[in-house]
Amino acid sequence: MNNKINFSTYFKTANILSLIAVLVSILFLFLKGLNYGVDFKGGTLLEIRIENKNIQIQDIRSALNIQELGDVNVKQFGKEGDFLIKFEKNANENKKFISELKNIISQKIGSDVNFRRVESVGPKVSSELLKQGLTAIALALSAMLFYIWIRFEWQFSLGAIIALVHDIIITLGIFSIFSFEVNLSIVAAVLTIVGYSMNDTVVIFDRIRENLLKYSKIKTNEIADISVNETLSRTIITSLTTLLALFSIFILGGEILKGFSFAMILGVIIGTYSSIFVASPVLNYFKVTQKTLLKDDDI
Amino acid sequence: MLSFTKTKVLFIYLILVSAIFFASLNFKNNNLINKKVNLGLDLQGGSYILLEIDTQPLLNQKLQTKVIPIKKLLNKNEINFKDFIISPDNISLTIDREKQNKFKNLFFKKQDNLVNNFISEYNKFELDLVFTQDKAFIQFSNFGIVNLNNAALKQSIEIIRRRIDEVGTKEPTILQRGDKRILVELPGIDNPARVKELLGKTAQLTFRLVSTDDGFGSEKLFLTENNEELAVSKRIVVSGDNLIDAQPQFDNQSNQPLVRFTLDRQGAQKFGKITTENVGRRLAIVLDNFVISAPNIREPITAGTGTISGGFSFQEATDLALLLRSGALPAPINIVEERTVGPDLGKDSIDAGIFSLLVGFILVIIFMFIKYRIFGLVSNISLIANLFMMVGILTILEATLTLPGIAGIILTVGMAVDSNVLIYERIKEELKTEKSIIHAFDTGYNKAKITVIDANVTTLIAAFILFIFGSGPIKGFAITLGVGIITTLFSAYFIARHLTSFIILKDKEGKYFKL
Repeated sequence: MNNKINFSTYFKTANILSLIAVLVSILFLFLKGLNYGVDFKGGTLLEIRIENKNIQIQDIRSALNIQELGDVNVKQFGKEGDFLIKFEKNANENKKFISELKNIISQKIGSDVNFRRVESVGPKVSSELLKQGLTAIALALSAMLFYIWIRFEWQFSLGAIIALVHDIIITLGIFSIFSFEVNLSIVAAVLTIVGYSMNDTVVIFDRIRENLLKYSKIKTNEIADISVNETLSRTIITSLTTLLALFSIFILGGEILKGFSFAMILGVIIGTYSSIFVASPVLNYFKVTQKTLLKDDDI
Repeated sequence: MLSFTKTKVLFIYLILVSAIFFASLNFKNNNLINKKVNLGLDLQGGSYILLEIDTQPLLNQKLQTKVIPIKKLLNKNEINFKDFIISPDNISLTIDREKQNKFKNLFFKKQDNLVNNFISEYNKFELDLVFTQDKAFIQFSNFGIVNLNNAALKQSIEIIRRRIDEVGTKEPTILQRGDKRILVELPGIDNPARVKELLGKTAQLTFRLVSTDDGFGSEKLFLTENNEELAVSKRIVVSGDNLIDAQPQFDNQSNQPLVRFTLDRQGAQKFGKITTENVGRRLAIVLDNFVISAPNIREPITAGTGTISGGFSFQEATDLALLLRSGALPAPINIVEERTVGPDLGKDSIDAGIFSLLVGFILVIIFMFIKYRIFGLVSNISLIANLFMMVGILTILEATLTLPGIAGIILTVGMAVDSNVLIYERIKEELKTEKSIIHAFDTGYNKAKITVIDANVTTLIAAFILFIFGSGPIKGFAITLGVGIITTLFSAYFIARHLTSFIILKDKEGKYFKL
């Protein structure tokens, strides 16, 4: 323990920072909201490839200047000539709509258009998907809470959940601030973050429990310090290997996986931070001592 | 902990070898065991279409058919009634109070009831009867609605299956989702627009006489060709139910595409009778409330075959014939969700996915080797074994690999080393106080075990919930993540541990070991 870092001296500052970050995130989530994709908002998404690479984004925007589409959003997507188009209209109302739209676009820009991907979600389905996503996240959180409660004491369980909620809120907050799109794959990412952050927290908690039983005279905060230090190299190495894998998806995995891997990268970083600076201090706030562990064992 | 019995070792490597065998099935064709990892629609291209049936029109229509039986029942039993009103969702009538009980008893008779069917499955009646003062209201009971809905959904699935089979797509999936929805998955489809049109059409065909006046018993319908309105009798001469075959053809004279249909015996008789009695009048051919054409009846048609022409292209004639052959949907169907991926995008996704998997894998392997040297090598071998086992298990399950699924594999690669890292770091700590290397490894493995299990169970919980709630691609992610955790535990605690013990027992002086 030569390179011991006194994490506990930073707990207060870190907690205040976390609190501010969470509050700012909540503020953004309420005032600005999230940029929902077609999965949750309904509407249509098209990924198109245009043969003529000279076509610019403005050309497509003006080609799509058709009233009935509603709010239209066009952006470059990966390679040159590849674009992502989103609009409010649900293409399923009229079964011929997509083929008609294809003709309109290729006529107006004077080049062949390949519709590489079409996603169209009706309003009823999109609200169901959103509800399902939220239920899944809530369920995952309660399952984790329950598991930790069985394996540890309730204080640990609460600490872990506070850390998890912290991770989710800040991740979503960042998505809100930068208007990144939230779709089904982001829900999957959030759930994986839940699993990962929990994984990290559990490793530290395990050690705290072990050390609490080992040393009866040392204060909880110091125990947390010792435990975090003991597991620190593991925490860093695992985060690093996971991030190596995630960055390779983010950079090389293609446009579709970008949002997903970005959310995961955020989650891994925030999750690693929170298991040290959020979950561990909570144990001290709840006055977890050796007695807490022993008392429960007697029952 | 470091000692392995011979049978245990045999067992471990038997599992590994069989996993590698199953994984290899994906790369060559094996006639004996035909198992493969399926590619999801997002990787091989194809359409995912969610349909929802709208049973309201069917309910209204079914309620209409109750009108005559109800009136018959009332008349036969001398129950006086007035103000008989048919609205879309109920029938109301006024009955004297003293006769109300009699009507109620007849209405809810279990045997020989021509008005109100008793659904034995639910032990309930199909219709509800409510009295408010002297007014009686008749409408479908909840059980009646469910019953009708289920029947319509089953029939719709059957008809959609027939339509898709006729188009000839490979390996379509058609499943019931919930109580109103049908999921259709069409891998590798060429023309999703055409299939969408075929799926969504009710294809209710009727032959009806064109009315000479606009009076009662006729309705105005649009002609498809020129959007003109035409008054058509509500009385149906023959409907698509009587059709036994329909084929696209070219007209002998004009060379125009048309559809030749053949009626069953009963349909042919009715058709013959009507065409004989109405020579010179026009007969409207109505499809889903649009008049395709309304030709003059030049002579009686008694052979039970005829043609429908309506300025079709050959494709349109082919599709119409297909729709007529496979039958009409009992209720209108709407597409509520569609996701289509073109084959070239799918190919790009696979390439990018596999490439990033390889890069991530190599980076992790290099990192682990630099950090832990020979034990990094052990961990890397177990990581490769892990990957093979994952693919092997996915093959045995015949799971569907999706793009997020590939991401799940990469993520597992990153997280899989965690178990080994936990163990090695623990051993390092033990080595500080423990002199015997073997002992240090033993306790290291032992003490880390609880943590490893705890840590993995949490991720497994997340994967399980994703599997239950996720759809399509997300499910694929959950499967690879879940399988990955299990293979990770296996490879860390059996393969890596066995290799480690092998090294330690060989190298008693501790030459290799620098953790």
